[in-house]
Amino acid sequence: MSKALNSSAPTDSEVVLGILNNSENILKRVYVAYFPMVLQLIINNNGTADDAKDIYQEAIIVLYNKVKAGNFELSSKLKTFLYSVCRKLWLKRLNQMSRYGGDIKDFENHVLVEDDTDHHTERDIQFSKMEGALKLLGEPCKTIIEDFYIHNHSMQDICERFGYTNADNAKTQKYKCLQRLKKLFFQQ
Amino acid sequence: MSTDHQLTELIERYLSGELNEEERLRFETMRRENAAIDSRVVEHQQFTNLLKQYGERVELEKRLNAIHQEIDVHALAEELTVHPSWVVRMWRNHHSKISVAASVAIFAMLATLYSTGYFNKGTSNYTELRREVEKVKQTTENVKRTTNVLMNHIESNGRIVTPSKFTGTGFALTSNGYIVTNYHVVKDADSLYVQNASGDAYHTKLIYTEPTHDIAILKIDDTTFTGLGAIPYTFKKSKSDVGEDVYTLGYPRDDFYYGKGYLSSATGNNGDTTAYQVSLPVYPGNSGGPLLDGKGNVIGIISGKQTQTESAAFAVKSAYLFKAAQSVNADSTAHNINLKGKNALSNLSRQQQIKKLENYVFMVKVYN
Repeated sequence: MSKALNSSAPTDSEVVLGILNNSENILKRVYVAYFPMVLQLIINNNGTADDAKDIYQEAIIVLYNKVKAGNFELSSKLKTFLYSVCRKLWLKRLNQMSRYGGDIKDFENHVLVEDDTDHHTERDIQFSKMEGALKLLGEPCKTIIEDFYIHNHSMQDICERFGYTNADNAKTQKYKCLQRLKKLFFQQ
Repeated sequence: MSTDHQLTELIERYLSGELNEEERLRFETMRRENAAIDSRVVEHQQFTNLLKQYGERVELEKRLNAIHQEIDVHALAEELTVHPSWVVRMWRNHHSKISVAASVAIFAMLATLYSTGYFNKGTSNYTELRREVEKVKQTTENVKRTTNVLMNHIESNGRIVTPSKFTGTGFALTSNGYIVTNYHVVKDADSLYVQNASGDAYHTKLIYTEPTHDIAILKIDDTTFTGLGAIPYTFKKSKSDVGEDVYTLGYPRDDFYYGKGYLSSATGNNGDTTAYQVSLPVYPGNSGGPLLDGKGNVIGIISGKQTQTESAAFAVKSAYLFKAAQSVNADSTAHNINLKGKNALSNLSRQQQIKKLENYVFMVKVYN
């Protein structure tokens, strides 16, 4: 099975281009191609398949953001990069769970990826704060904020959706919601 | 509030490029001149960007999860797990159970070793012996207790005319009424009587005790007592040899009792050098009886037994009886205990010996 998956692995430059072009197909192929490698790493180092999924998705996100930010340089093979990120993240997780015995069983070469993982971890903290703030915000604020700032819906759409009599009312409501969200976000 | 709202809206329109040229220039001038407004712009931009990126992240995670759904993770995991040897797997899966089992096993082993006295002595042969001896000590205590219980029982049945709390055996040291018995028979006694095989009972008083060797010496002080006549046996001063035929006489019941056996060890209970171990059937009440060899020499005093082994008893060596007798001599020179009498038994058959001894072996009755 792993052989079949490997044969369909896209080339490294295909992946970079695919991510930049938002290609769903390339994302899927790269994901499927390297997941077994990471699964092998995690389950043979005190982890479960679910741990492997979490760690691998984080690594893919690191790759995705790095490519999107336009500063992805192929200093190593993409496979090695993904493996190294996963390895680093898993070691960190093991340490947090106090399950790290000081020894990790390696299956691939790896390179230093500290900057990438640190940056990713920082962002993750911000995102989880945002998630928490949105959860606390409640409806209809949450949907108004998401529709306007994330899904780029127009105020007109929002007005209709929530049945506001005029755009000014909706704007006032949106403003209040944003103020509350900021408060909640910075309180955490 | 409303001005802040307007400012926020202005910033949003500025950032999204909705302002016309004139408005934009005015706003930029305002931003340059007012640092507070500038920082508001930056802050708003960062926050909304974070919101946007958060939304993208959620979206991306959804896409990745959808891809993940299509992978048969379970089969892959099976294939990719490095299978260690069965010993390691067994340990990983069952290490807690194995640990508990091992702990129990080690504990049981240590407990067994401890209870068998393994830690007290170097070799297990030796400790085996010691353990038994430890038990003998306990069972000797038990014998004494049984005596108590037995006597109480008899008392309650009312079968004995003169009920006593304890009985033991004693035998004559001299013809003028000195009698030797065990210390444990007479201790705590208020009054003491001795009774011979014919049923004659005499009041006695306690003259001397030696608890360490379990020896007590009594003296008949009854007015009806006229003397015993020449003592038929002698007391053997030297040590007797293991294997020698021995016998004892005593009152484990109301009747005179004869027990025959052999000397099985030159040391007694717990390696006690003051006593012999004899293989001889004895019962509660035999305590204080004479231990005689085949020629009618007293070689010891029966003092206790071992219930764990059939017919294993202990007897205080006659040498200690000598010492006790000498102490009495020093105390009361008028009543000299003659220990050098002529042995009238050596050439007699066992039946004749016993007949001769009958009147010199007494039941010691203890009242308290």
